[in-house]
Amino acid sequence: MTTVTHPSVPPATHPPVHRRRSRRRPWGYTAIGALILAVMLFPVYWMVNVSLQPANTAVSTPWFPTHLNFDGYATALSQQGSNLLTSLVVAVGSVVFSLVIASPAAYALAHVDARWVGPVLFGILISQMVPGIVVANALYSAYNDLGLLNSIPGLILADSTAGIPFAILILRAFMGNIPASVIEAARVDGAGRVRAFVSIVLPMSRNALITAGLFTFLFTWSDFLFALTLTTTEDVRPVTLGLYQYLGAHVSDWNAVMATATLASVPALVLLLVAQRYIATGVTGGAVK
Amino acid sequence: MADVLRRAVRTKGHTVQAAESAPEGRRLGKLGKRGRRGQSHLLFLLPALAYMVAFFGYPVVKNVVMGFQHYTTTTFYTGQAPWVGFTNYRAVISSSVFDKALLNTVLFTVGSIAGQFLTGLTIALFFRRKFPLNGVLRSLLLLPWLVPLIVSSAVWRWILDQDNGVLNRFLGALHLVQDRPGWLTSTSLALFAVIVVNIWIGIPFNVAILYGGLQDIPEELYEAASLDGATGWRAFRYVTWPLLRPVVSVVLVLGVVYTVKVLDVILGLTNGGPANATQTIASQSYQLSFQQFDFGQGAALGNILIVISLVFAVLYLRANRRAVEQ
Repeated sequence: MTTVTHPSVPPATHPPVHRRRSRRRPWGYTAIGALILAVMLFPVYWMVNVSLQPANTAVSTPWFPTHLNFDGYATALSQQGSNLLTSLVVAVGSVVFSLVIASPAAYALAHVDARWVGPVLFGILISQMVPGIVVANALYSAYNDLGLLNSIPGLILADSTAGIPFAILILRAFMGNIPASVIEAARVDGAGRVRAFVSIVLPMSRNALITAGLFTFLFTWSDFLFALTLTTTEDVRPVTLGLYQYLGAHVSDWNAVMATATLASVPALVLLLVAQRYIATGVTGGAVK
Repeated sequence: MADVLRRAVRTKGHTVQAAESAPEGRRLGKLGKRGRRGQSHLLFLLPALAYMVAFFGYPVVKNVVMGFQHYTTTTFYTGQAPWVGFTNYRAVISSSVFDKALLNTVLFTVGSIAGQFLTGLTIALFFRRKFPLNGVLRSLLLLPWLVPLIVSSAVWRWILDQDNGVLNRFLGALHLVQDRPGWLTSTSLALFAVIVVNIWIGIPFNVAILYGGLQDIPEELYEAASLDGATGWRAFRYVTWPLLRPVVSVVLVLGVVYTVKVLDVILGLTNGGPANATQTIASQSYQLSFQQFDFGQGAALGNILIVISLVFAVLYLRANRRAVEQ
């Protein structure tokens, strides 16, 4: 940590030294970087490795999956297939619901100078301090009265507690950069407020909508607390809860557990590879706003 | 910055529109317009507002009320939840688990945040160097943070398994340990193991945010500092750290707020065991409500958790403001 940044570029009077340095050292750093990454990603590797081993090799799991075995995935899919589907439906539902609710709000918060803007934003930030267990505790009895326990809509509504505040903050930061003159030009041309929002603001906010949608998907897909507390039967059971229930019993087939874990990680992996730039904006944008 | 820009653009829009009217008229018109805009845009905000009230406001109020009630499974049949005053609070605070859970919450939070932050900052500083594949490595580093927490917990549970876990195999092969430590089953090791796993989960987020903050520090400042003889540690102490402070505040406050209430990691790894060695206020609140079905006591503990979260955040923000003012 002490050798943080080296602003002391070698003096220009010694160009050969400089050149040799810049050609050699960087690949050394790449090696160190790769090592850091290897240590950090080892658990992920181990998950995939175990998932591809035959059952009952617990005592001495090989370091590499030399003989690919998909029994774990077969077990996982037969036991957790419907749970994976439930997770998918809830996550997609939550994305749609969160964006529908959050984007008009973000637009209003970005483009209006009104006294309520500050307090509303403060309220959104404060909401992040409310522990999930508190929300679950109160929702359980409310859901019980409303018949929303063990239901997909119930989970979508509860899981959006992660997506909606995040989407509002991300979208507001982005929509704030859309010049008001663009919107006013549309208004002058006779577009109503809603029309201007739908046909001007939303298309221009495409990237932010994708970022907010991707993160809402990941949040909801990863939800464990509401799955644990707001479902009591097997009818509606997200895969996170299915995985947890594997852990509850004495685990014998770790390959099936790790296959389930791997399948549950697929969205994260795919989004990281396919939508990397949206992920990067989301991580920094959501926090620093 | 963006805010200032946006305001400038908007003012310009108004000026263009109201250019024909007299100065007083313009001011009046602008004020009137502002009021009307604020009102009609309130309709855009209304659905979100209603949601936030229903899913954050209502639960908090409901929890405060439930904390004073004898609220159990029978309540669901009879609809009766007798008012019991501070009985629930007395019960949870005097319970033998409470002191342990409170201490664990503090140790878990402080340990996790310190570990995540220091490791994250070191890695972020390392990635400031320019080298091939920097961006690729950095983005892949996010993976542990993106996979579901319960997945990470399941994987680590197997890695840390006493008899067959890969960690003990590895340590055994290097002859670093005599007999296999029960990372998650020994009362003296479990909390430490849970903290280490949580540090692993949090590092990518810390790296991403701190790296972003480091990139915003202008290179010229380091050049100027190096002319004054400040390089290496001194450059960090006098240039990097003061300029990174706002980002550090964000990372630490968010970290604390999220760590205090985390439940997935603890339930997935140890379920609060062995013998409450990893029980936190959040996990204990869950146990009371959803395992023992005493929702009143669970709510009381949940409210205590909110207060702890607020205290952590306020303490840090105050300490930080004082440091900035000095």
